[in-house]
Amino acid sequence: MAKSNAKSQDFHQLSKGWNIGANLIAGIFAFLCVFPFLFVLIISFTDEKSLATNGYQIIPEKWSLEAYRYVFQTGDTLLRSYGVTIFVTVVGTIISLCVIALYAYAVSRKSFRYRNFFSFFAFFTMLFNGGLVPTYIVATQVLHLKDSIWALIWPLAVNAFYIMILRTFYSTSVPDAILESGKIDGASEFKIFYKLVLPLSLPGLATIGLFSTLGYWNDWFNALLYIDNPDLVPLQSMLMRIETSMQFILQNSQNSSLSMSALQSLPQDTSRMAMVVLATGPIVLAYPFFQRYFIQGLTIGAVKE
Amino acid sequence: MGAIGRFLKNIMTNRAMLLMVLPGAIWFLFFSYLPMFGTIIAFKEYRFSRDGFLASIFNSEWVGFDNFKFLFSTNDAYIITRNTVLYNFVFIILGLVLSVALAIILSEIVNKRLAKVYQTGMFLPYFLSWVIVGYFVFSFLSFDKGMMNQILGWFGAEPVQWYSEAKYWPVILTLVSLWKGIGYSSVVYLAAIMGIDKSLYEAAMIDGANKWQQIKAITIPMLKPLMTILTLLAIGKIFYADFGLFYQVPRDSGTLYSVTNVIDTYVYRGLKTTGEIGMTTAAGLYQSVVGFILVMTSNYIVRKYDKDNALF
Repeated sequence: MAKSNAKSQDFHQLSKGWNIGANLIAGIFAFLCVFPFLFVLIISFTDEKSLATNGYQIIPEKWSLEAYRYVFQTGDTLLRSYGVTIFVTVVGTIISLCVIALYAYAVSRKSFRYRNFFSFFAFFTMLFNGGLVPTYIVATQVLHLKDSIWALIWPLAVNAFYIMILRTFYSTSVPDAILESGKIDGASEFKIFYKLVLPLSLPGLATIGLFSTLGYWNDWFNALLYIDNPDLVPLQSMLMRIETSMQFILQNSQNSSLSMSALQSLPQDTSRMAMVVLATGPIVLAYPFFQRYFIQGLTIGAVKE
Repeated sequence: MGAIGRFLKNIMTNRAMLLMVLPGAIWFLFFSYLPMFGTIIAFKEYRFSRDGFLASIFNSEWVGFDNFKFLFSTNDAYIITRNTVLYNFVFIILGLVLSVALAIILSEIVNKRLAKVYQTGMFLPYFLSWVIVGYFVFSFLSFDKGMMNQILGWFGAEPVQWYSEAKYWPVILTLVSLWKGIGYSSVVYLAAIMGIDKSLYEAAMIDGANKWQQIKAITIPMLKPLMTILTLLAIGKIFYADFGLFYQVPRDSGTLYSVTNVIDTYVYRGLKTTGEIGMTTAAGLYQSVVGFILVMTSNYIVRKYDKDNALF
């Protein structure tokens, strides 16, 4: 019995040669996906002098911790940017989850008279938008978000696509009978949502929450648009600014001693790479444990109700 | 009781639900619908007024289609449209072929643990921001320190000024886009392959079909609906470029604009550097309207093909 089972499994499997081929292709591609991060990690541990003579190397001539020492010693900007990013990510994700969870729940309820209207109200924004310029003008002139920390939070808070995903999730994972039983017990709508629906929809909320966390952590676009105040610059945007000011100095004032000293005040190659590592580190360490929620969200999104 | 009374009564009976949608509805009002209304700037000569947004709009003079005429009389309109559509077209075709192929390869690997490790590796780029990817690309393409020029040096070739030679960038941008996107989309296809009924393969094996025949006769046909839908949805978005890819990765290098300028970067630069509000809004509206038509058309085709998978 066991023997025939094993045999049929063998037959189902790829032959040895093809299996090696498949492993090679997938393995090489997977390696290429991870390699640039490893490369930057190596550069960040390279000695600045050996980097200046040899360029970026996979196996540097001399290793060094100097870059990290520099980053942590002069790390005011990095620390502040970390603070901004963490604040924006935490507060943004909480706001975003609350707003989206409530909206999606209401439009998932068949007893809600205006559910079609509000579904469409959200959905239409996926089809048509006013474009960047009017959005920018509204945000700066009506909402006065310029140089405010909220400029990094509100624009990403709501997303019609997440509402659609969560609505699908509610309607498949929260049975109507439970809502009915709550009603018969005389619970208010908010109580039903809080006591009965939320516990059942935790996996869905986790998915949306993680999408939202990733979106806030990786955001640089809103900072590019709205933030000039150096105290409010998030991590990704700070990395971008270092790059831009560096290029600016290099292009605009060659061989003047002033520009040389300006250039030296900016972090060196290795330190910049160390900052990249520190900005990406949390994600790289965390995502293997959370990836199944992302896969779940992607597949719900692709195969909707 | 009149219509108003009935309406008020409906509001009262639905008040809990209405309260729940309220925060989101306000958000949509300010971040989506007010900007949609604001697109009338495209038909005006925009003048900033101290009395606020609405005053600015109403006090600006109507100019009809002048902004559009001006936009389309320049060569820019052609270049940004061409770049946006062509790049997206290449990304869609290559992305589809490669991610389906990778998903099938992953699903066939005998050691499932290893397959999971590969999948985790491929998924990494999805989690990184374009700023970070920009740094990664720079570590390869930097003129004096980058790995590419070192490799060229081993073969005795001259180093290349990557960030000022436009001819290389269509290939570079395509590679970077695929690198970042394939892991993500192959995961979606892999999930679909896992959902295929195993008895189909068993029946095929009894009939003596080999692996290749099984893939051709079962896996690919079963993936076809998902492939069609994802492709049509991508075509619906073909007028929207990934701003980060075209802005961060080439480091906003001016000499590369002929091959890196897309509608989104053009609009951004119009807003932030040249400040031609009217014409830039016109370019944005042009993108939104054509994009809308494309989404509606592709959705119409999806509906015809498979009603369940249409967007609406």
